[in-house]
Amino acid sequence: MKYAVFLGCTIPARARNYEMSAMRVAERLGIEFTHINDFACCGFPVRSTKQAFADALAARNLGIAESQGLDICVLCSACSAVLAEVNHAMKTDPARNSVINHHLEAIGRSYHGTVSVRHLTRILFEDIGIETIRKHLKFDLTALFVAPHYGCHYLKPSDAHGAFDDPEHPSSIGELIRATGASAVDLDRKHCCGGAVLAVNNDITYRLAAQKLESATHHGSDCMCVICPFCSVIYDDNQKPIEQHLSREFDLPVLYLTQLIGLAMGFDPKELGLNMNKVKAARILEKIESRSHHES
Amino acid sequence: MTDTIQHHESDSFLEEVRNEPGGESVFRCVECGICTSGCPVFSVQSGYNPRKIIRMIHLGMRKSVLESAFLWWCASCLTCQERCPQGVRISDIVVALRNIAARNDLIPDPYRIQEKRIAEQGRIYEIDEFDNRKRSKVGLPEILCSNEEVRRLFEVTSGESP
Repeated sequence: MKYAVFLGCTIPARARNYEMSAMRVAERLGIEFTHINDFACCGFPVRSTKQAFADALAARNLGIAESQGLDICVLCSACSAVLAEVNHAMKTDPARNSVINHHLEAIGRSYHGTVSVRHLTRILFEDIGIETIRKHLKFDLTALFVAPHYGCHYLKPSDAHGAFDDPEHPSSIGELIRATGASAVDLDRKHCCGGAVLAVNNDITYRLAAQKLESATHHGSDCMCVICPFCSVIYDDNQKPIEQHLSREFDLPVLYLTQLIGLAMGFDPKELGLNMNKVKAARILEKIESRSHHES
Repeated sequence: MTDTIQHHESDSFLEEVRNEPGGESVFRCVECGICTSGCPVFSVQSGYNPRKIIRMIHLGMRKSVLESAFLWWCASCLTCQERCPQGVRISDIVVALRNIAARNDLIPDPYRIQEKRIAEQGRIYEIDEFDNRKRSKVGLPEILCSNEEVRRLFEVTSGESP
């Protein structure tokens, strides 16, 4: 199982913990990643101001993967939505296809619509499967209550992603959490982290993010589980500012799904970059360890 | 009374939005309000109201929409678009409106800065030698940023230089 891994901008700069845990978990499961240095921005951040530039950036990345005969595995949900959306348009909208390919001609590239674009979480869920993942686990995380955060762009736009999970009532992340033995606190699945508004109106972002943090702590979660670097930037990196802004206290660890699965696989927390998480996850480790000592 | 309707700032605004990529479905709105009822941003900031934005387009309130702060408060979560029973692609319409605003030089600074960085570097955050050393310490591959193609794409798609 070989993929061109698409990191985007945020992960290599601000989420090495995600990247490290994703690489280790993927390797353990037999997923082979090819790193392509020519990949640049997915296009998402410039869609609002220069749509044609965003389309061309996305298609350029798709064309590079196509020229190497590789499908794309994406780690960031926003990147996955934009790449999937432009990919879908290249196959279904001849007018947009011809404009985009005309622009790509200027840099000697093209894209013919043969690449598939999927989020790593989706590949774990659809291709690897819960049973195979279970076979690779050393520790049972039964002690943990984990609140999955689906975010927005992992599932939407649903016409571009295809119907691999229900965008209104998703279950894939919950099932992957349960594969580790942990319980998924699955009550409030439809939340937006508000990340896209942070730079222009942080009050909106903080109030939105607080809804999820509030709900997760209210239902007794030990941690939240995310699959997108920007959701983590909001819930983890910005948790202190959110607490200050709204005079609240959450103190809720936020782990990437791959960190959670990696812990269950028996990787050292440092190999999964857990020391880079802003809200310290020590309590979670204690809970896992006390449980495994209890069992042995 | 800044919130009252100012009629006919532009007779052709609806057509302008319809002709902008992403704006094609704007005429299908029946004002049911499902978009606003499920909007997470509206739940914390009622100044952002997607149903109202669509109505303002129909009423020709060009200036009020394009110069508003709320145009940039959409979180692009796509909830409205997924739920609209009329197939109005509301998130795409917001993108279309922002693109029109951008061509009229009405861009919030953070977007301007982001666009400049991507056009110049190919990505939002530059990965320098220091970052690559940190990456190699934890077993991650070096990232080399080449940006010539991205600069060129910026030029051919926008007619501007980065």
